[in-house]
Amino acid sequence: MLDILIIGSGGAGLSAALSAKQQGSTVLVVGKSYPTASQTSMAQGGMNAALGNVTPDSIQAHINDTIKSAHGLCNEEMVKQMCEDAPFSIEWLEKLGVPFDRTSESKVAQRQLGGASSKRACYAQDYTGLKILHTLYDNCLKENIEMLEEHLLLNLIVEEKVVLGATFLDIVTGEVKEIKANATIIATGGYGALYKNFTTNSEGATGDGIAAVLRAGGTISNMEFVQFHPTALKSSSTLISESARGEGGYLVNTKGERFIDELLPRDVVARAIFEQINSGEEVFLDIRHLGEEKLLHLMPQEVHLCRLHEGVDPITELIPIKPVAHYTMGGIDVNENLEVTGLKNCYAVGECSNAKIHGANRLGGNSLLEIISLGRLAGNNAVGCDCHHTEIENTQLQQDQEYIDGLFEEYPYEKNFYDIQNQLGVDFYTKAGIVRDNTQLNNFLNELRVIKADLEDMGIGDKNRENNTNLVDFLEFQNLLEVGEVLLDAALVRDESRGAHYKTAFPKEEDKFFKADALYWIEENVLQNRLVKVVN
Amino acid sequence: MQIQIKRSNELISYEIPFESSTLLKALYHIKNSEDNSLTFSSSCRSGVCGTCAVRVNGKEVLACSYSIQEGDLVEPLAYHEVQRDLKVNKQKVRETLRTATAWLQTPQEALINEQQVQLTAKQTDCILCDSCYSSCPVLEVNPNFIGPFALTRAYRYTADPREGNIQAIVDNIQSNGIWDCTLCGNCTEACPQGIDPKMDITMLRGTASQFGYTDPNFQAMDFGFGGF
Ligand SMILES: Cc1cc2nc3c(=O)[nH]c(=O)nc-3n(C[C@H](O)[C@H](O)[C@H](O)COP(=O)(O)OP(=O)(O)OC[C@H]3O[C@@H](n4cnc5c(N)ncnc54)[C@H](O)[C@@H]3O)c2cc1C
Ligand code: SF4
Ligand code: SF4
Repeated sequence: MLDILIIGSGGAGLSAALSAKQQGSTVLVVGKSYPTASQTSMAQGGMNAALGNVTPDSIQAHINDTIKSAHGLCNEEMVKQMCEDAPFSIEWLEKLGVPFDRTSESKVAQRQLGGASSKRACYAQDYTGLKILHTLYDNCLKENIEMLEEHLLLNLIVEEKVVLGATFLDIVTGEVKEIKANATIIATGGYGALYKNFTTNSEGATGDGIAAVLRAGGTISNMEFVQFHPTALKSSSTLISESARGEGGYLVNTKGERFIDELLPRDVVARAIFEQINSGEEVFLDIRHLGEEKLLHLMPQEVHLCRLHEGVDPITELIPIKPVAHYTMGGIDVNENLEVTGLKNCYAVGECSNAKIHGANRLGGNSLLEIISLGRLAGNNAVGCDCHHTEIENTQLQQDQEYIDGLFEEYPYEKNFYDIQNQLGVDFYTKAGIVRDNTQLNNFLNELRVIKADLEDMGIGDKNRENNTNLVDFLEFQNLLEVGEVLLDAALVRDESRGAHYKTAFPKEEDKFFKADALYWIEENVLQNRLVKVVN
Repeated sequence: MQIQIKRSNELISYEIPFESSTLLKALYHIKNSEDNSLTFSSSCRSGVCGTCAVRVNGKEVLACSYSIQEGDLVEPLAYHEVQRDLKVNKQKVRETLRTATAWLQTPQEALINEQQVQLTAKQTDCILCDSCYSSCPVLEVNPNFIGPFALTRAYRYTADPREGNIQAIVDNIQSNGIWDCTLCGNCTEACPQGIDPKMDITMLRGTASQFGYTDPNFQAMDFGFGGF
């Protein structure tokens, strides 16, 4: 019997695998893509650790910054534990071979990211996530860790609240399979893809693990908190890094007017841009005055992206931009041991989880830290689990097989889910995005429930069993609907503004009611929720 | 704009209703509104996940970073098992990383300066897109050749001050490895990250000779001429 099944092969999943393997457990890492294709590869800025290599810093300052950014919704004990472990996490990565940049004293170099009181983010050029992920991957190969690619998680296998493993679609062969293990770790990433065409996230950030936990009777929380990045290219949503503004770039509207201090915090700038766009203006980033030489030297990558995706030359032209969804704070609710609330022998870690670190807003550089530090913790904690597999016949595999078979039989379908998914992206962005309003949220929630009810009229046009990415897209789309419903409901309930969640009608934090985690779970087929006060 | 896509040995033409577009956007347009069964791989849309490499007019490109032109011919990567349309099996090719044992063999404590980091900064930009592998003519004659990206990665670890046992890596890239490369430079041209595997292989040959290895091709020639 396999000891530990790890679902998701990004930074969180691979860190968990390496630490569990080191403890002598047998591990299997299963992912829907190749490990190095995970969203972790996209992180550029850096990973936080209070090393004080460049400017004076302390672990307490790191804790304070994180708590401040969380706006009351974190578990201070968890934050403390992670920040204390940060220097060790960097050391661990260093030993594995991550090529962090260096200071002139040959120490790990650190840079400033927004919201940090010191230069705290360790980086490897502009490819921090890529280099961390690939080094973890190399080490998994070295340790002979078994990895299964192109297997899509369908459902957890659960008996009396104990997770016994999970079912998967083998994307290549089209088979539905079950994999059983004594412990299961979910590390499937966030749900930013809800904001399709309005997010920096990868296409696969469809909240699959979160939806699976919800279906399995586990609890998810704080789904309404989504962080927006102020500057992405208008047509492709490609991230234009903060350095463009840091170096002196302006934000201007159609009239050519500047409308905000460009260096204010991300959420404030994002809101200001959103308001301009809502009032019919287009918004541009203007970096022309920096001059060709400086631009080509400082941000060659950005110059290239503008030419490729927008067809504009930023040296002589304005860059059309929009703020987009960037990080999802909510997720699978876990306790301090990273065990999933409501399930046994099941852990969750990384962006798919809500470990009460980021609260209402994530601090840049803290998510890479989370996946490495808590990733290792999840791996360690899962060691020694025994789910005492019963011989009771479990029907999950059969149910999932029947469902998939059904999709191949039904034809024709009336509605094209791709069109609906594109429209959902627009709707989430405009109605559940940077600025929220109850009437809009309520109407949209009703519309989304109608779409859910209409699922039977949708389906797959591709009836080939092997390598069917149309089927994968459709299953992901369903997961998005499930997590999207919770996001909307939670946003509706939270009548206040806190961190990344902003309602014009309720512009302040209302601690009396809402300094609380919003928990959601399914009981007897009905979505249930409860606000649980946060006490530190 | 019209482009052609190779689908199970057939060339199919598609009309793309955009004035300008990345190839990936065009592929999505076809899949979403014309033919759900068009099969390709992609993920990050921004050139770092290494998923969407294909060949256009015989040259490797990342679909997300390439602007389509009238008449483009799109094909899957070469020397990979084509699973369907543009989607290829990368599993076997990944095995070359295991063969090359491209990791720190015996990690040691080392003070690293920025210059040393910069020495392999390019090599560690590799996104494992397999473009170089697809462009390498050696694979045509020797499917077991370790190939450019795995050798680049092997070089990156031999050049890391934390590596305490360079020879272990060098030993593992002798057969079907550094000496099989013809130094044609195709891989260097194909790489979207500006990596130069050909140069890395040359460097590895230098390192190998420090450990007493010589080019087996020359040895073979020596024998041919009577072993002078
Ligand atoms: C553009 C960008 C820049 C960023 N920059 C920074 C930064 O500078 N600093 C920082 O700290 N953070 C940054 N972040 C955030 C950070 O990168 C992510 O939060 C973090 O990498 C998430 O890691 P993860 O391991 O939890 O998930 P991911 O890396 O998203 O991995 C999820 C894994 O789960 C797998 N998976 C998903 N669903 C399924 C399924 N159904 N079945 C099987 N497998 C599945 C995927 O294939 C993947 O392997 C950035 C994010 C983006 C998008
Ligand atoms: S230089 Fe060597 S590795 Fe690169 S393509 Fe040519 S033969 Fe292959
Ligand atoms: S070396 Fe370049 S072409 Fe080859 S896999 Fe890496 S990034 Fe791709």
